[in-house]
Amino acid sequence: MLEQLYNAIFIGSIYALFAVGFALVFSVLDILNLAHPTVFMLGAFAALFAIGTLGLPWYVAVPFAVVASGLFGIALDRIAFAPLRRRGAPPLSAMISSLAITLIVVRLVELRYGGDFITFPSGTVPSFLIRIGDATLEGVRLAIILLAVGLMAGLTFLVRQTQLGRDIRALAENPRAARILGVDVERAIAATFFISSALGGLAGVLLGFAYNSVDSKMGLPLELRAFTVMVVGGMGSLPGAVVGAYVLGLGEVASLVYLPAELRDAFAFGLLFLVLIVRPTGLFGQRATDRA
Amino acid sequence: MIEATLDFLSAYSTLIALVGVNALLALSVWVTLYAGQLTLGNAAFMAVGAYVAALLERHLGTPFPLALACGAAVAALVAVPLGLTVFRLRGVYLAIATLAFGEVLRVILLATPITGGGQGLNGIPPTTELWHIYLSLAVVAYVLWRVQGATVGRAWAAVREDEIAAASQGIAVRRYKLAAFVAGALVAGWAGGLSAHITFSIEPNDFAFGKAVQILVFAVVGGIPNPLGPIFGAALFTALPELLRPLRDYRDIFQGLVLLAVIIYLPRGLVTVSQLRRTRRLQQIGAADVA
Repeated sequence: MLEQLYNAIFIGSIYALFAVGFALVFSVLDILNLAHPTVFMLGAFAALFAIGTLGLPWYVAVPFAVVASGLFGIALDRIAFAPLRRRGAPPLSAMISSLAITLIVVRLVELRYGGDFITFPSGTVPSFLIRIGDATLEGVRLAIILLAVGLMAGLTFLVRQTQLGRDIRALAENPRAARILGVDVERAIAATFFISSALGGLAGVLLGFAYNSVDSKMGLPLELRAFTVMVVGGMGSLPGAVVGAYVLGLGEVASLVYLPAELRDAFAFGLLFLVLIVRPTGLFGQRATDRA
Repeated sequence: MIEATLDFLSAYSTLIALVGVNALLALSVWVTLYAGQLTLGNAAFMAVGAYVAALLERHLGTPFPLALACGAAVAALVAVPLGLTVFRLRGVYLAIATLAFGEVLRVILLATPITGGGQGLNGIPPTTELWHIYLSLAVVAYVLWRVQGATVGRAWAAVREDEIAAASQGIAVRRYKLAAFVAGALVAGWAGGLSAHITFSIEPNDFAFGKAVQILVFAVVGGIPNPLGPIFGAALFTALPELLRPLRDYRDIFQGLVLLAVIIYLPRGLVTVSQLRRTRRLQQIGAADVA
């Protein structure tokens, strides 16, 4: 029971790191970034590259992967979203251009690493066990949980208290007004994408470490889960995304215990559908039905 | 000449069949996009059509055309209560809700014994002929083309451009949205039945998120201004992987680049290549993009 709860909180933390970045881009720019799972995968591969090819220790590889993911996020915006934004294209176009980037990047990764599961070289990924009573817990997961919680607190502080956070919120509210008030809109957008992708990439690195497995399709299961998390929490609400992520993590682990394995996915999507029908604003959302 | 044509047809008959089915699917999502609604449930409706048709034949010995019709009808019937619930939502919420419906349906198919679970249904007779597909496509395309000028089509366009204005003109907005949704489900269900009888086997994962997005890509890349767009889009993006076969490993990359180029440089889709100038003007007056 303790182990299951522990795993639920662990997987919830991964979902939270992933979904917070996804929700951030949506709340600021109204973009459903379908390339976010690709950033997640790229983060894990950047860590693999740093450890396996460059021979760096994991504590250097993690920041390397995080910065690489963040920079990829900025490039993604310049290539796939900025031209559409200048034209005032509908959100649908951004979904499709991010899908195109996914096609390209996943294939590029496969050209270099193939499509199979890859493990980190042995001994390069931290691993230790914690024993509580008769339960054995993996220590790395605890570290991941603490790191995730710390980062989300940091993000909340950044968005609420700093000048950059105020710029980003002004941009989310009204890009034109923000520009008129002297906000450097391009910088705020770049920062949004950097933060979003750095967190998404980090989630990928951490999941890769925890399972000691990386593959080009590892982001796919997270795509629809990010939707679920965001809708449950309230579209574009960052605290909502965090709460939604833990709700989903707990629900999935519970349904694994009590339901047949093939129904695991049913929980996430059933929850998603139900929330949309019963309470489209989610837990923390304010305006929902009329927001395009 | 005729011989060469026949050779071509037999060598590429599966591809030609797929182009037709995908064109039907693209048209099925075009209807809702034309009404300004972004829905992603058409892969699910396709699954309903495919499974209902295949199961009716297998267990009740229903003849092929009737089984197809039942599949399409059940898809449309499912769309009614679903549409009544989800059309309280708009924009991406609507897209996500219809997507969630598709995923829930997929999981139900995975968990139900009669649909064969994860293995799906195998040994479906390859009854679909090319002319079935292209006759269906011609009928659907003709009807949709005519619909644009009819009352329904004008109501859809009005809803797309400005819902509140449309409502104030006495257009029953919810009812017209629902009509578009159900019409799309009917076409997708029919296409699902046809496609099940080409591929011999169906499984739940054939109709997952990826399929829903693929259908949307066909329609959007082809262009929403008229029903020819989705047909172009489906033809190009179904044939492209074949055409790019020599590029092998780089095929997906090239396909991604084409997709990116179209969405960035041809805002209203392939169908508008010849009218780029006009498109720019329409954009300036704010009447261009849909959804």
